[in-house]
Amino acid sequence: MGSAGNGRLRQTLPPTPPIANGCRGFFDDSFQQGPRTAVIQAAIFYLFATVVVASGLMVILAKNPVHSVLWLILAFFNAAGLFLVIGAEFVAMILVIVYVGAVAVLFLFVVMMLDIDFTEMRAGFVRYLPFGMVLALILAVELVMVAGAWAFGDMVPEARMAPKPGVDAQLSNTQAIGTILYTDYVFIFQMAGMILLTAMIGAIVLTLRHRPGVKRQNVAAQNARTPASAVTITKPAIGAGVDTGAGVQPLIEKEGRS
Amino acid sequence: MSDLTDIGREYLPILLFFGVAIAFAGVFAGLPILVSNLVGTNKPYADKLTEYESGFPAFSSARGQFDVRFYLVSILFIIFDLEVAFLFPWAVSLAHMGPELYFAWGSMMLFLGVLTVGFIYEWKKGALDWE
Repeated sequence: MGSAGNGRLRQTLPPTPPIANGCRGFFDDSFQQGPRTAVIQAAIFYLFATVVVASGLMVILAKNPVHSVLWLILAFFNAAGLFLVIGAEFVAMILVIVYVGAVAVLFLFVVMMLDIDFTEMRAGFVRYLPFGMVLALILAVELVMVAGAWAFGDMVPEARMAPKPGVDAQLSNTQAIGTILYTDYVFIFQMAGMILLTAMIGAIVLTLRHRPGVKRQNVAAQNARTPASAVTITKPAIGAGVDTGAGVQPLIEKEGRS
Repeated sequence: MSDLTDIGREYLPILLFFGVAIAFAGVFAGLPILVSNLVGTNKPYADKLTEYESGFPAFSSARGQFDVRFYLVSILFIIFDLEVAFLFPWAVSLAHMGPELYFAWGSMMLFLGVLTVGFIYEWKKGALDWE
């Protein structure tokens, strides 16, 4: 959708000179449209980015874990806004549907299930501090390495251009993903399926416990009952009663008649 | 990389719907609260403000432990939610695939097959039953 409109607009514009180093930056497109659009786009970017960072900080600073999850949902929404700004509409919508709609709800479940004692939580703070610092340091080093590789790597210009097959063919963002995901990246796609299967089986194995003695409705058995198998007609003599030999039938069996 | 004005033009109907939704919410939910706060009398006391639980005082904190089966249902929902998310780009791009059409089709069928194995497993295990 976005690319098609983009192409129409671009035909009316004078040809722009190619960018010198061959890779396109974040705001290059909007600078081609004129400085006013670029300012608006930058303003929206900084708005979303600021809210993402601020709500990310609140996730770790909020005392109540439920509030942390709610701040996380705000961060997800604003990250979706950032994706929209760069034209990745599909990823933005999936972020809202999957992360906000499902993952955040799962987090809320988990947080509510952890019967948290706040004094006990603060008691361990000093003890866990060195461990947390080490984890944060490792993460920071990894982030710097990723950023360095992204900025100075050999294949970076091609890698930056590669995920956009729709630019020439005027495909929409969703179509552009679909064009490469199921063919060029088929291995990663199938791995995603395997990981989902593993998660499914793992969750069932870890959490599913059948309680003994639970009475379940057996629809097939109910439907298979006939008057002949369900009802016995007897003519007891006066004062003799009926001895069926089976005793009193349980209530659950009688429900099959209805 | 689409520019912002294009995206803005395409999402304009959604923005309009959003505005209509907010207006309706303001009229039907916000306005009664506002009017009742302005017009009605407000004399709160402790018993009025407590939550009403069948006439009993609240027994314990709401931060009790849930049954882990809620978690299982939630995980299973996320997995199939993601499966559906993978179907969308496949559905819209399949017609434009050209010679790679059958490969893309087969790759999605394999993906669905793998997840169907898991689905049969959870069905047969009774993970979908709420005993």
